[in-house]
Amino acid sequence: MLSRKASCDSHGQDSSYFLGWQEYEKNPYDQVKNPNGIIQMGLAENQLSFDRIESWLASNPDALELKRNRESVFRELALFQDYNGFPAFKNEMVEFMANMRGNKVKFDPSKLVLTAGSTSANETLMFCLADPGEAFLLPIPYYPGFDRDLKWRTGVEIVPIKCTSENGYKITESALQEAYQQAQKFNLKVKGVLVTNPSNPLGTTMTRLELNHLIDFAMEKEIHIISDEIYSGTVFNSPSFISIAEALTERNLEDDEVWNRCHIVYSLSKDLGLPGFRVGMIYSNNQTVVSAATKMSSFGLVSSQTQYTLSQMLKDKKFTANYMKENQRRLKRRKEMLVCGLKGAGIRCLESNAGLFCWVDMRHLLRSNTFEAEKELWKKVVCEFGLNISPGSSCHCSEPGWFRMCFANMSEETLMVAMQRVKALVDSTIVHQQTGLSKSRWLKSKWVFQLASYEREPDR
Amino acid sequence: MHMLSRNATFNPHGQDSSYFLGWQEYEKNPYHEVHNTNGIIQMGLAENQLCFDLLESWLAKNPEAAAFKKNGESIFAELALFQDYHGLPAFKKAMVDFMAEIRGNKVTLDPNHLVLTAGATSANETFIFCLADPGEAVLIPTPYYPGFDRDLKWRTGVEIVPIHCTSSNGFQITETTLEEAYQEAEKRNLRVKGVLVTNPSNPLGTTMTRNELYLLLSFVEDKGIHLISDEIYSGTAFSSPSFISVMEVLKDRNCDKNSEVWQRVHVVYSLSKDLGLPGFRVGAIYSNDDMVVAAATKMSSFGLVSSQTQHLLSAMLSDKKLTKNYIAENHKRLKQRQKNLVSGLQKAGISCLNGNAGLFCWVDMRHLLRSNTFEAEMELWKKIVYEVHLNISPGSSCHCTEPGWFRVCFANLPERTLDLAMQRLKAFVGEYYNVPEVNGRSQSSHLSHSRGQSLTRKWVSRLSFDDRCSIHGR
Repeated sequence: MLSRKASCDSHGQDSSYFLGWQEYEKNPYDQVKNPNGIIQMGLAENQLSFDRIESWLASNPDALELKRNRESVFRELALFQDYNGFPAFKNEMVEFMANMRGNKVKFDPSKLVLTAGSTSANETLMFCLADPGEAFLLPIPYYPGFDRDLKWRTGVEIVPIKCTSENGYKITESALQEAYQQAQKFNLKVKGVLVTNPSNPLGTTMTRLELNHLIDFAMEKEIHIISDEIYSGTVFNSPSFISIAEALTERNLEDDEVWNRCHIVYSLSKDLGLPGFRVGMIYSNNQTVVSAATKMSSFGLVSSQTQYTLSQMLKDKKFTANYMKENQRRLKRRKEMLVCGLKGAGIRCLESNAGLFCWVDMRHLLRSNTFEAEKELWKKVVCEFGLNISPGSSCHCSEPGWFRMCFANMSEETLMVAMQRVKALVDSTIVHQQTGLSKSRWLKSKWVFQLASYEREPDR
Repeated sequence: MHMLSRNATFNPHGQDSSYFLGWQEYEKNPYHEVHNTNGIIQMGLAENQLCFDLLESWLAKNPEAAAFKKNGESIFAELALFQDYHGLPAFKKAMVDFMAEIRGNKVTLDPNHLVLTAGATSANETFIFCLADPGEAVLIPTPYYPGFDRDLKWRTGVEIVPIHCTSSNGFQITETTLEEAYQEAEKRNLRVKGVLVTNPSNPLGTTMTRNELYLLLSFVEDKGIHLISDEIYSGTAFSSPSFISVMEVLKDRNCDKNSEVWQRVHVVYSLSKDLGLPGFRVGAIYSNDDMVVAAATKMSSFGLVSSQTQHLLSAMLSDKKLTKNYIAENHKRLKQRQKNLVSGLQKAGISCLNGNAGLFCWVDMRHLLRSNTFEAEMELWKKIVYEVHLNISPGSSCHCTEPGWFRVCFANLPERTLDLAMQRLKAFVGEYYNVPEVNGRSQSSHLSHSRGQSLTRKWVSRLSFDDRCSIHGR
């Protein structure tokens, strides 16, 4: 009696990405109340700079109290449901986005469509650009949520672009072509490529060369490019972030057809750490897309209350400039802590300059070079060593043994505890490999006591 | 435009219907008491602007709600991070309590069966995604809210088959009309998955009778299909007969979780009409079916309610003193305002369907039509928009089967503007049709076609400077 959509499971919600989350919910770590609980490292949240936002809000009560120059704008906001968005908010958003791109590009608020989070933005773009049964190419590994967000209700297919650790997971011309041919083999009409730049789960920014390959490819095949730039504000190291908009402008493609086929998705969930406020957006030079997406945004508008509060905050240019700088500084430091802690356990990461996570190489800890072994290792990490991390298979990685570990959603102390557990895990695995005996249970109680008195590693 | 999807390039969502066109005209030339006294008065927008003062005064006394605080402590970080599609527990509890209160506490609702969505627009579409596949159909009684053509059909690929209700019985749903609609769907090879009703009705402004609800339940039981009851106006039932929710009738009929039909009855709600907060995007789905709740919950990812807004409203709705007072006062003010509109229309020789709910009246202007056709209705509508400068909604945009009915809103404008609108209408009818006001019943009309243009400017300007009409204050 229900629709196929409601009854099916193809929305990916039962992947390990979500299962690990469930385990965490049953037994969440708490420094005081549950020190043996599972530490959440599977959630790409940015909790590092809330203090900045909180202090701004405390000094600017109008923003929360829904006042303008101390006069209430409650009524105006209560009634404001215009899918064209709150003008003041859109104006601030495009400036904020331009600043993030070093003002190398300029954005027009009339080309911006607000949506309830980038989850909504991505799905809406699928609805606008592809019919059921058509396909989008996505480089692997990719954010597990895409399986649901892009495919579930739209009926659109995802065909992977194979990227491997051989070249640091960069997108190559041949990988693009192969993916396209693969789609054709399955009789799937390819409507475009969707990239996440900076990448989730890799934590890297796309190079100029990759962007140019992408643009050339889209021009050749006459297809769309969706660039999900949700992490654009989290770039904390060189090389600097290059938006698709910049790459196009550099090549003077404003008058080319491809200009109308490139769309950017953005959100305030990662850069400002505000996923609860549901602020996402689509930016497109294509008037038809803007128009259709605007109407579709009726199904997921941003609360006018939230649009107002954030428009006030983003208006304060001094604040946003300082925030971005400080946010990046803290992310960099935190990432270095993670990398260092992993190094101490003999584990390497992909070299990264952005995002809220590291792409961690645990291939040497696998029993065998298989996804079964990866699953085994993952279960061990979650259930025996109490760390919820995301296995590469849930991100459709083609090589077993890679994991995504988040670093910006916990305190420094908790990260330290996590690193110690990782060390213990590695030790146990090595012992296991050497003696063939499973000492994990014994080891577990030992390191738990050990950690209680362990001192913090000095800052590097 | 082969590069875009069919969804993006095709226009089946009715956005070019007169419903939206009138809105556009209004935007070009909006009435303003001081700056634009000849402008178009907006009577096509079903907003509730009558009780903001109650909410504003509550906000002034309860600053924590807006300030991300709870018991003096900042919960900013918690809210900023809260994106759980299960919704803020305190808010869901407050919502179900509020919904129960509106239903005279004759039902108890479980917050675990409530799914929050970004507005009823999202809730309705989500329900259709959950209950029907592309090419299947839902039956909806006409006249219905024009937005449904977009909300229920556009991206879902589901069809709407009308249940033709007529003025012969006050537009009530009957067994016959239900059966006819079902057979019409079968004839078109459309598998019917359910019936969707709006109760209280938009655009009729009436609540469904117990009899109609029983009929509906029997019908969906018999056909083995779903019933979605959009109860978005449930808090605006200001006059008797009182509002009866489909949930109440289920209880009446001793349908509980052991009966199949229990799982196939669902409710949509929102705070956009009762509390007048469409900008905050707060909608909800309520279902007894766990699978529907599970699927809808996941789908709500595409339209979650801002945690900032959930927190504010959870504090507001948890204040039982406020909700009790608000519900009563809202009824009182809506009732008064509707009375003013009805009386103003009567003075123009125009009658309405007897309404007891909603933010609008269903107005009978059949006697003003040149002929009993939809062309004549369009003609009349255009005159009213372009000459009388009132934006009202023609029945055809609501898929009404009889020409000549219009929806006129009364809660989105100040009383004096409503009075002015009524004066304009009276003058229009008087000059154009020579129809005197007699006991509120219209007489046959003489149309004076030639007078159109010059009349507009003359009487519109005159009215703007006139003293307040005697209708005011009644």
